[in-house]
Amino acid sequence: MKNNGWVKKFRSFVFENKVMLLFVVLTTASIIISGLPLTVIAGSVFERFGRNGFLVLALLVPVLAGLGLNFGLVIGAMAGQIGLFFAILAGINGIPGMLVSTLIATPLAMLFGWMVGRLFNRMKGAEMIAGLILGFFADGFYQLFFLFVLGGVIPITHEGLMLPGGIGVKNMIDLKGYRMPLNDGSGGETVKGFIEGAFDKLPIGDLITAITIAVIVYLLVRGVMVMMKKSTFGLRDLALGIAAAVSFSLLQIPAIKQLLKINNLNFLTTLTIVLIVIAVWQMARLVYAFILHKREGTEKTDVEVKSPSDVLSQSPDQKFLQKSDSRRSLLILLLCAVIYGLTYIPPIRTIMRFIRIPVFTYMLIAGVCYFTRWLLRTRIGQNMRTVGHSQVIANASGINVDRTRVIAMMISTVLACWGQLIFLQSLGTVATYTQHVQVAQFSIAALLVGGATVQKATTKNAIIGIFLFHSLFVVAPEAGKQLFNDSQIGEHFRVFISYGVIALALAMHAWKAKIKPNLGISAVTGKSDKDNSKIAESS
Amino acid sequence: MSKTKHFIDQIGLPRLIIGLFFIILIIASVPLGLPMDAVFSDILRRWLMYSILVLAMVPGIQCGISLNFGVSLGIVCGLLGATTAVELSSQNEGVGPWAALGIALVIGVVLAAVLGVLYGLLLNRVKGSEMTVSTYVGFSIIALSNIIWLTLPFKSGELIWPLQGIGLRNVINLEGSFGGLLSDPTVTSTQPFPLNYLAFDIGGLTIPIGLILVFALCSFFVWIFFQSKAGVAMSAAGENELFTKAAGISVDRMRILGTAVSTILGAVGIIIYAQTFGFLQLYNAPLMMSFQAVASILIGGASTMRAKISHVAIGALLFQGIMSTALPVVNKLMPNSMLPEVVRIIVSNGIILYALSKTRGGHQHEK
Repeated sequence: MKNNGWVKKFRSFVFENKVMLLFVVLTTASIIISGLPLTVIAGSVFERFGRNGFLVLALLVPVLAGLGLNFGLVIGAMAGQIGLFFAILAGINGIPGMLVSTLIATPLAMLFGWMVGRLFNRMKGAEMIAGLILGFFADGFYQLFFLFVLGGVIPITHEGLMLPGGIGVKNMIDLKGYRMPLNDGSGGETVKGFIEGAFDKLPIGDLITAITIAVIVYLLVRGVMVMMKKSTFGLRDLALGIAAAVSFSLLQIPAIKQLLKINNLNFLTTLTIVLIVIAVWQMARLVYAFILHKREGTEKTDVEVKSPSDVLSQSPDQKFLQKSDSRRSLLILLLCAVIYGLTYIPPIRTIMRFIRIPVFTYMLIAGVCYFTRWLLRTRIGQNMRTVGHSQVIANASGINVDRTRVIAMMISTVLACWGQLIFLQSLGTVATYTQHVQVAQFSIAALLVGGATVQKATTKNAIIGIFLFHSLFVVAPEAGKQLFNDSQIGEHFRVFISYGVIALALAMHAWKAKIKPNLGISAVTGKSDKDNSKIAESS
Repeated sequence: MSKTKHFIDQIGLPRLIIGLFFIILIIASVPLGLPMDAVFSDILRRWLMYSILVLAMVPGIQCGISLNFGVSLGIVCGLLGATTAVELSSQNEGVGPWAALGIALVIGVVLAAVLGVLYGLLLNRVKGSEMTVSTYVGFSIIALSNIIWLTLPFKSGELIWPLQGIGLRNVINLEGSFGGLLSDPTVTSTQPFPLNYLAFDIGGLTIPIGLILVFALCSFFVWIFFQSKAGVAMSAAGENELFTKAAGISVDRMRILGTAVSTILGAVGIIIYAQTFGFLQLYNAPLMMSFQAVASILIGGASTMRAKISHVAIGALLFQGIMSTALPVVNKLMPNSMLPEVVRIIVSNGIILYALSKTRGGHQHEK
């Protein structure tokens, strides 16, 4: 009986994750066939993760709000490119260049997102096809803007960026910047508009300094609030203050300063740091829980005297919670130890040393993961979930459905815009007229590979999907070369895969939606459940 | 006032705007000193060249699968037929241009019929989301065909890259096989008596009689089909599924039939297109062709639910007319400009968006 349950569970797991499992097989086979060293593959996959992670995560919010896969991602990417163009035109380098791009692009992306959301509200149920067509439609206006408006209507003189006639932008924008004469009359030259790697190659020392300054500013604001008696200092503020002071003083030591001039870590170091942080955090939790337990134990006697019935209803529950919490912490600690132990296996160690992690970019990706989860806990996030579940119910419970959907689109478009900026600073060049075209296509394919559907997508799906999809992307040409003696076949194959996986996911979604009523009946009769799963499996 | 409103409603606002734009372009080309006979020849040629691909939309819309973005499937079948025909005609002396055209059509139609039925089966399972699914099926098929073009074991020098010895070229010249048989006077003049009238010049204006005949034939076939019992049943299936079911007609079978006919017309359409154009374009060239066909029939006045042959003729004329006149006009005004291409992108996708918003919006209100 138990065995049967396991088999059933396993079968349903395979069935639920069939796209992902298929991809695991396909990717593994391609890696073996390609014969490329794992160090190379892992290195480029992690590089691609840094580039594409943000864009794929930008897809999650519209799925939550029931708008399906946002093919309108392209429009956010366009906004990003417009912002970047003007930053380079103004000749701003590095981080300020990225900030200016963001400042220009974000309002544009919000506007576009609002417009797309409004349009989607007129085409409920057809958002995906509308988004796809809208992407092409917007591309027309984008080309119009870059080919004729820039230089034609808005006078621009910039030899490096503009076409020889002065009207229209060149095919390629170089983020390594353009040589410009100095204005001081010395006849010297300087490079302006160097934005490549602004985030990827940000020295870690600068990053820590920036975070420290941000924490200090935050504490000052808190201090003002305390003085105005609107809040009180807590344990967290104290911890933050100590951490900021320690990091600031550490940064003053020349040796550490020198050490922190590097701009990326290898994966081994990153993983070790992350594991240490997690371990310390969990230990702190354990200690905290222990202290709390003791204190409550003493308090409980007092409470018991006051009202026994209250304790009877609460204390077992609380005890259980604490127990499971500490158990979880212990488990995580154990897991950390196991993972750390695994890094001592020689091949894994070598591979991990080859992987470079651009720290700031990865932090941004982690930030957007956190944002998506945080959003779910807010009121608007809950509204989105309700709207995604059923617009009728949402409407009945007083949620402004249209407004919620528009907000979801605006968030997604702005994230797409930032994602494209991150992508471009990592890549180093912009193909002015084609860079944005495939953005939605590849991001959606990656998300679906990770096991997401049109109705449900999580950060976990996104992360798994990016790794699987981009592993295949890296090795496909070489695998094609080994199999057919032609690397072009591999390239076409990966494009086919990216289209095919979307076609498959959409078809399965539509199919599932269609057989849903039958499933409802079969749940009652119980017998035809098997038949239905058989039908579904035969796909 | 209400009379003008009624007039606009009857023609449809987008059709009116695009029609006026077309007329303005033609009028503008006179003072710009463009050769009017060449302009009109080009309009005529492109109109008929695209018309069968646009016609392929009609059975799809009528049978209820809505806009068939997956007509790329038929296009790939047609291209497979055409490449095989070129291979055969260049390897065997006995296969003349007409035989080549026949082979291309037969292979294309047979393949399209088989795949069209399978495609119809798929679309029956995804009712309600046909458009998204068909778009991505279309894209996938083009990507798959890219692999096919690289691996086909053809030997003809006209087809394959000269150096690698394998893999078809991006663009294949049809001069040696069936190019221009129906539309190019320089080709038809070498043909025997009745065939040399398939295309001729009258004072600079080229009249492609062959193309007109083919389009008329295909249109007639589609028209007859929709007069037949099966065709009427199909239209009914597309219009009201429940009612049709009650009348004892198998809606699913009708949809498969419509999809298959649409796919077959796509195959025929691309072969006729290629023979008029004079070249076969492989790889990603046909990727967005289905969008042009969809936009054309929508400009012609069709909705996502109803389409007529008159919509095909008007839509193809307006869409391709604008494309063929905008190019020389804009080139006169600003040389080497990409403007016509940009206009094509905006017009074709704008009209599809407009049509989608109309139907879905109406659908919502009914609820």
